[in-house]
Amino acid sequence: MRLVLVGTSHHHAPVELREQVALDRDQAQVLAARLGEDGREAVCVSTCNRTELYVAAPDADEAERAAAAALASLGPEIEPALYRLRDRAAAHHLFRVAAGLDSLVPGEGEILGQVRVAHELGTTGPLLDRAFRQALHAGRKVRAQTAIGESPASVSAAAAALAEQVFGSLGERSILLLGAGKVSEQAARNLRSRGAEITLVANSKTEREQIHERLAEVDVVIASTNAPGLVLEVATVAEALRARRGRRLLLIDLAVPRDLDPAIGELDGCYLFDIDDLEQIVVETLSLRRREAERAEAIVAAEAEKFHEWHASLDVVPAIASLRARAEEIREAELQKAESLLGRLDESQRRAVEAVTAQIVNKLLHLPTVRMKQAAAAADGVLYAEAVRHLFGLGEDER
Amino acid sequence: MAELLFWPALLLYGEAAVGYFGDMRHPGRAGRVATWGVRFGWLLQTALLGVQAAREDGFPWGTWASSLDLFVWLVVSAYLIWGCRRPYRLLGLVVMPLAVALLVVARAGGGTGIGSASHYSNLFLVVHVGLVLAAFAGFTLAAALSGLYVWEERRLQTRPATILRRQMPALATLDSLALRTVAWSVPLLTLGAAVGLGRLVARGDRVDALIAVTAATWLVWCAYLGLRLFGGWTGRRAAYLALAGFALVVVVRLALPATHFA
Repeated sequence: MRLVLVGTSHHHAPVELREQVALDRDQAQVLAARLGEDGREAVCVSTCNRTELYVAAPDADEAERAAAAALASLGPEIEPALYRLRDRAAAHHLFRVAAGLDSLVPGEGEILGQVRVAHELGTTGPLLDRAFRQALHAGRKVRAQTAIGESPASVSAAAAALAEQVFGSLGERSILLLGAGKVSEQAARNLRSRGAEITLVANSKTEREQIHERLAEVDVVIASTNAPGLVLEVATVAEALRARRGRRLLLIDLAVPRDLDPAIGELDGCYLFDIDDLEQIVVETLSLRRREAERAEAIVAAEAEKFHEWHASLDVVPAIASLRARAEEIREAELQKAESLLGRLDESQRRAVEAVTAQIVNKLLHLPTVRMKQAAAAADGVLYAEAVRHLFGLGEDER
Repeated sequence: MAELLFWPALLLYGEAAVGYFGDMRHPGRAGRVATWGVRFGWLLQTALLGVQAAREDGFPWGTWASSLDLFVWLVVSAYLIWGCRRPYRLLGLVVMPLAVALLVVARAGGGTGIGSASHYSNLFLVVHVGLVLAAFAGFTLAAALSGLYVWEERRLQTRPATILRRQMPALATLDSLALRTVAWSVPLLTLGAAVGLGRLVARGDRVDALIAVTAATWLVWCAYLGLRLFGGWTGRRAAYLALAGFALVVVVRLALPATHFA
């Protein structure tokens, strides 16, 4: 069985092309089932950044043509943006994808779940099942053994991480949204996904008048209005702090010009971050992710190598099995010939002879078996298998 | 035997102190190695205390130096509860160098070897010395948590780009852990000190400098507890008060014990 990958991603195709071949779960499942006919295996990984078809088939050329044709039928212009990989390179690519190393933001965690779903929806057999299981294992290992996924990769994620740095668990923490820009909505969504609640969205001027009362209650303020000047003065916050009895207040100012008086950050128990602070944090954490990516690449390469060794050993498994069967056949035939002598032995002596002859066969075949598996991993497996077949006359009886 | 346990324990604590320093600069392996240093060092020190107790036929806390040995063990024990967790590794940067320094002082005073049996009863040593030192270990940990709070809050206010590089406990968590530690430690000190006072009165002894400063320490930590529970104190103010309380603990443990044990 050969492993073939045909696909496209954000590295090769702009969004106008990628959207032509983007598939939802049902479509991906149908396509994998169609490609997985006639004894093939197929999995379709489709996310906003990539659509990739993994096919396992005896004939790699045919599998590649079928996969490319399937993608071309979705978007005729996609052909020049397709990449094609086979066997070792295809597996290594899959492992990198699962670990988030091929993602737009290195180490992003969503892709691991997407690969898992693709595996579940695919038409898998022994090869693809093993490839995807090991890829998911590699992805989890990278996340466990490196810090690649720990730091926030966007302004909204940085805001949420800062909130956790101040409050710990965000369950039952309340957010006040001052204005509702795209980034502030993302930040609020991020905080909500971690358990926080939005208590007030103050868009209009009337709503903003309620801020003064609410400031005494909320834990996080996210500001992103289009107001030309400051919306929240230091005196207002200082007054609210008296009613807060020492409770901490995190303020995130995403607006330009700024909505929140910079002097607020000097008040006891107030932590103020503006858009520049958050962007600098993201730049720093992205550089950390890139550094961690080097360690992650080494983990992925080691895991991909293990898969390659297993895959390559499949080439020599039939030859090894035939060799062992032939040896066992000879051993039993020779014991049969010696039956007249062995008949005089009692049961325990007979068992000892059986054990000794079996041991001799095993010891003789151990090294050739190991060497053939090693040769398979080094791409000489087929040659060795042929040589063994020829030297021991394996399969000649059938002819 | 005691020598065979003391030096490896000291070495492992020293390795942990250096490891935590390395972890501060490059978080990762150095921190993990340091944590294992603390664990193994603590096991060896536990064995050391066991050997001392067996050889002296009683608890070996009858001198200021040997009580300092016990104090180090209690501080490291308290640290181990949280120190193994990654966000709290930085606490080790405060706790482990302190543990090393105090263990060296304890050795210089002859507190880590085998001495003669104490003239205090075992019950008195456990209830008075044991409880008072356990409380002081708790205050030390609370002060370390408070120090970490002040440092982390300062970072949140100066907003460096590297603020999220290191996994740290949340401010709210540090604050509440310090409170909980003190809430356990104050009753221990109260009970331990009451037993000591009872003995003092029964024997007609005089109040020495250490007893007076211990009483002041007790008052400061009671005030901490009261202000936090009923006065609404949280955060930086409470952290500074904890650090002030710890300064008194240092005086009690290092400057005055010789007079008391004499």
